[in-house]
Amino acid sequence: MWEYTDKVKEHFLNPKNVGELKEANAVGEVGSIACGDALKLFLKIEDGVIQDASFQTFGCASAIASSSALTELVKGKSVDEALKITNKDIASALGGLPKEKMHCSVMGQEALEAAIKTWRGEKVDTHEHSEGEIVCECFGVTDEQILHAVRENDLKTIEDVTYYTKAGGGCAKCHEKIEELIARARGEEAPKPAPAAKKLSNLQRMRLIEEVLEKEIRPRLQMDGGDIELADIEGLVVTVNLRGRCTNCPASQATVHGVVETILREKVDPEIQVREA
Amino acid sequence: MSSETHRMPTIYMDNNATTRVAPEVLEAMLPFFSERYGNPSSMHSFGGAVGREMREAREALADLLGCGSDEIVFTSCGTEADNTAIRSALTAQPEKRHIVTTRVEHPAILSLCKFLERSQGYRVTYLGVNAEGQLDMKELEDSLTDDTAIVSIMWANNETGVIFPIPEIAKLARSRGIFMHTDAVQAVGKIPMNLRELDVDMLSLSGHKLHAPKGVGALYVRRKLPYRPFLIGGHQEHGRRAGTENTTGIIALGAAARAAKAHLPQENTAVRALRDRLENALLAAVPDSRLNGHKEDRLPNTSNISFKYVEGEAILLLLDQLGIAASSGSACTSGSLEPSHVLRAMGVPFTFAHGSIRFSLSRYTTDADVDFVTTHVPGIIETLRKISPYKQGAPDPLDPKPACGC
Repeated sequence: MWEYTDKVKEHFLNPKNVGELKEANAVGEVGSIACGDALKLFLKIEDGVIQDASFQTFGCASAIASSSALTELVKGKSVDEALKITNKDIASALGGLPKEKMHCSVMGQEALEAAIKTWRGEKVDTHEHSEGEIVCECFGVTDEQILHAVRENDLKTIEDVTYYTKAGGGCAKCHEKIEELIARARGEEAPKPAPAAKKLSNLQRMRLIEEVLEKEIRPRLQMDGGDIELADIEGLVVTVNLRGRCTNCPASQATVHGVVETILREKVDPEIQVREA
Repeated sequence: MSSETHRMPTIYMDNNATTRVAPEVLEAMLPFFSERYGNPSSMHSFGGAVGREMREAREALADLLGCGSDEIVFTSCGTEADNTAIRSALTAQPEKRHIVTTRVEHPAILSLCKFLERSQGYRVTYLGVNAEGQLDMKELEDSLTDDTAIVSIMWANNETGVIFPIPEIAKLARSRGIFMHTDAVQAVGKIPMNLRELDVDMLSLSGHKLHAPKGVGALYVRRKLPYRPFLIGGHQEHGRRAGTENTTGIIALGAAARAAKAHLPQENTAVRALRDRLENALLAAVPDSRLNGHKEDRLPNTSNISFKYVEGEAILLLLDQLGIAASSGSACTSGSLEPSHVLRAMGVPFTFAHGSIRFSLSRYTTDADVDFVTTHVPGIIETLRKISPYKQGAPDPLDPKPACGC
């Protein structure tokens, strides 16, 4: 169960400014039903000042509470002032949100931005974010959104980014890209990418073979009471010694060629051959 | 924490998550915390007497399952039983490197299989289910190979209650010489079973799902099945599970098994009738609601209903305000961002998946409980739909963006 503050509970149980605003001249729509939350924000702007605001939200308690708090925050503010509202302001108006729920506050900030853009006549795609490229396909999150969230909230890990933007919370395919974006936003060097399977120097190949043996192959053999050690590497020929139960196991040849070779071919080089010393 | 968060829910409809300890079970176990604290392995009669009580508990559980008491290994929980079963099958047959399971298993199986696949190089087949949560027996048959070490398929699904045809699955596995394990954590005590007549090799169960306390479970291991213990140490459980026995828990599980056997008819008549009444009333009263899971092949106590256009966590919190405890397959409740893997495997559309609520009843559920829930749920859904931008009658808002492809 989430530990929600009393303010979150209050805004969830008695949300302010619910529903469509008939006189709205600025509408911002973010999220989607597939993603699990969506917010439609209505603003009535006169003489550059937000006179009234309302919302419709599909989502969990903190999404509804964030929307409600946002409408209260923007009322009476000039458009320029409103644009300075960050997701942190929304979260603190609620006395804080569980970190896993910070994306609800980000959604509020994005809806506000989108609404003001429509009012200014700038083009906004209602469902997708027009700026930047999609990084997380599961939740449709762009690189711009991730960079913004990292800078705004001083995020350091992929997990943080997921909590704030949802990016990376699905199939995890984009985790590497998110790491690069975190590094870029923080002005750091990106972590070195995983070694490519091809074009390895002899030294790189030997190191990779050692690493794969140590981390993937040995634990597997040890589970069956066996073990393996590296005897030699010559070009693409890897010579190994079998230890433990593998020594007298009639299936050892099969083990060597089946398990060890398959893994090394997959992880290091498709041409690798494995021999027993 | 305020005292409010500790209060007993007025209405508890989350029995697939855990159950209350039955009063007779609590009474049976209490002396083993206090005056009867002996170790059953001891040579003195003070400990030996506890051993005798444990034996009776083992017999009671065996009686519920329809097996021999020597085929029961007590564990600390269902997850331990599941882990032991799969690892035992793999260790006992080191030449076999393939596991068959389903996409809708509990994490106790699913996460273990993913781990074995990722870091130990096993091959795992995850069988799919149809829109009603049922398996395709042909797909199962086609997945079996000479390399298959174990078929592990749950007896009943925790989220939807859908029951898999374990007798047929076990028969098929046996005919191919493959070990068959079933995670029966949700099924034991809710549907009758007689393991003597089945080809099931191993079966996991958990005490706290059948009115025993948390911290005790059991693994049924068919006599003469090659078996390798998971916990290595003392000779407890005839060397099949080391570690000083949880005597209080085991005695409680025995008492719970006796009570479960006595109440089994009630589960399938009275509890089923309450569940059906609840379900029919909600589906009739709330427009755009649907049942998840096959209507007939289902546990008698479980109802999983989706309410379109609203989100499960918000529903749960409003239910909680009224003292109603239930659970949801919504993404937001779990901390993960995607709705339940079970509903996704069934292809439940996102418009419905986020708004799923599971009501799971027990023999302690009353008519008044059902009345209260059916009275209040429609209003809660109505309230949330007023807040939601998605409306009935409006074009389906489903985003054209494809869902996560994994």
